[in-house]
Amino acid sequence: MSAPFYKFDLFGYETGLVIAFLIGVAFGFTLERAGFSSSRKLALQFYLRDMTVLKVMFTAIIVAMTGLLYLNLADVLDMSKIYLNPTVLYPQMLGGAIMGVGFVIGGYCPGTSLVASAIGKIDGFFYVGGALLGMLIYGEVFPFFQDLTTSGAMGNATLSDWLNLRPGVVAFLVILMALGLFYVAEMLEKRFGEKA
Amino acid sequence: MNSQPEKYWSPYLAGFVLGLVLLATFVIMGRGLGASGAMMRSVVYAVDQVTPAHIDNNPYFAKYGGGDKNPLDNWLVYEVLGVIVGGLLSGLLAKRLKFKTDKGPRISVKGRLALALTGGAIMGFGARLALGCTSGQALTGGATLALGSWAFMMVMFASGYAIAYFVRKQWI
Repeated sequence: MSAPFYKFDLFGYETGLVIAFLIGVAFGFTLERAGFSSSRKLALQFYLRDMTVLKVMFTAIIVAMTGLLYLNLADVLDMSKIYLNPTVLYPQMLGGAIMGVGFVIGGYCPGTSLVASAIGKIDGFFYVGGALLGMLIYGEVFPFFQDLTTSGAMGNATLSDWLNLRPGVVAFLVILMALGLFYVAEMLEKRFGEKA
Repeated sequence: MNSQPEKYWSPYLAGFVLGLVLLATFVIMGRGLGASGAMMRSVVYAVDQVTPAHIDNNPYFAKYGGGDKNPLDNWLVYEVLGVIVGGLLSGLLAKRLKFKTDKGPRISVKGRLALALTGGAIMGFGARLALGCTSGQALTGGATLALGSWAFMMVMFASGYAIAYFVRKQWI
């Protein structure tokens, strides 16, 4: 068992920053290749005409999820040392609801807006400017609703805790759901599809 | 020489590669990907240059840049610099580098830019409340089966679909 490498001190903080940059390059490159540098392509998701977002996201999730489970099972990776997003249910759901609105109005999410800006999309620049402004506003008003930001805190809860099923079973269900969604996505594109 | 932009990858190929990048991040670093956190840190850095006392007096800003803390000394900041370079590299190789505005046929460029700014602000605000964005929550938390990340993902897409009708002139 030697992964995650950083947590087992195979390299230090500064090497980690170099790795961060390289991982970022791979991440940004892939997002651009997926077509996520186009706001219209991203937004057509919400009109059932181009389901690329759903296909890319769920493929990525099931690949990484399955990889983690196998590496854990093979005793290569210590799952308890992998960062798990803490669950703080109410701000996450409210934030998600707000972001859905921002997504369909703005046409990007934060990561994709950076990639769009990198290749010269002017709506990308405006979106990034808006996002920075929105974050500044959030920080300014944060003291007024600080209590909300910790409400529904459930620590390191996972889907398998919630469903009371083993992680492998949950992963299997997630894969089934993803395959079902891919099938529906293909049907929708056949019917409403448009090349953006 | 063909100057047409190259086609995008198949969504399943792009998703597979993205999944491997995410898995590699977990294996090497023990953490996932992100984007909005680095943008937040840039905001704190900028405000800190103008009025450091304001950063120290606000509990949210102080977490990132209070006292001697440098908000840019962080893993995510370097990752996001890479994202920009990676996007640029892909666009360059695919002949997609060009100043243009993406929009549907029924809206003016000005209208689209105003909505991009507005939507960005809404998203930026929401992403801080939700403790992360599509990268940090949906993708990273999705792959680790984090409960709140899945709740976040479902609500975000439901909300997008619910609102889509009202801004359809922007896109279709």
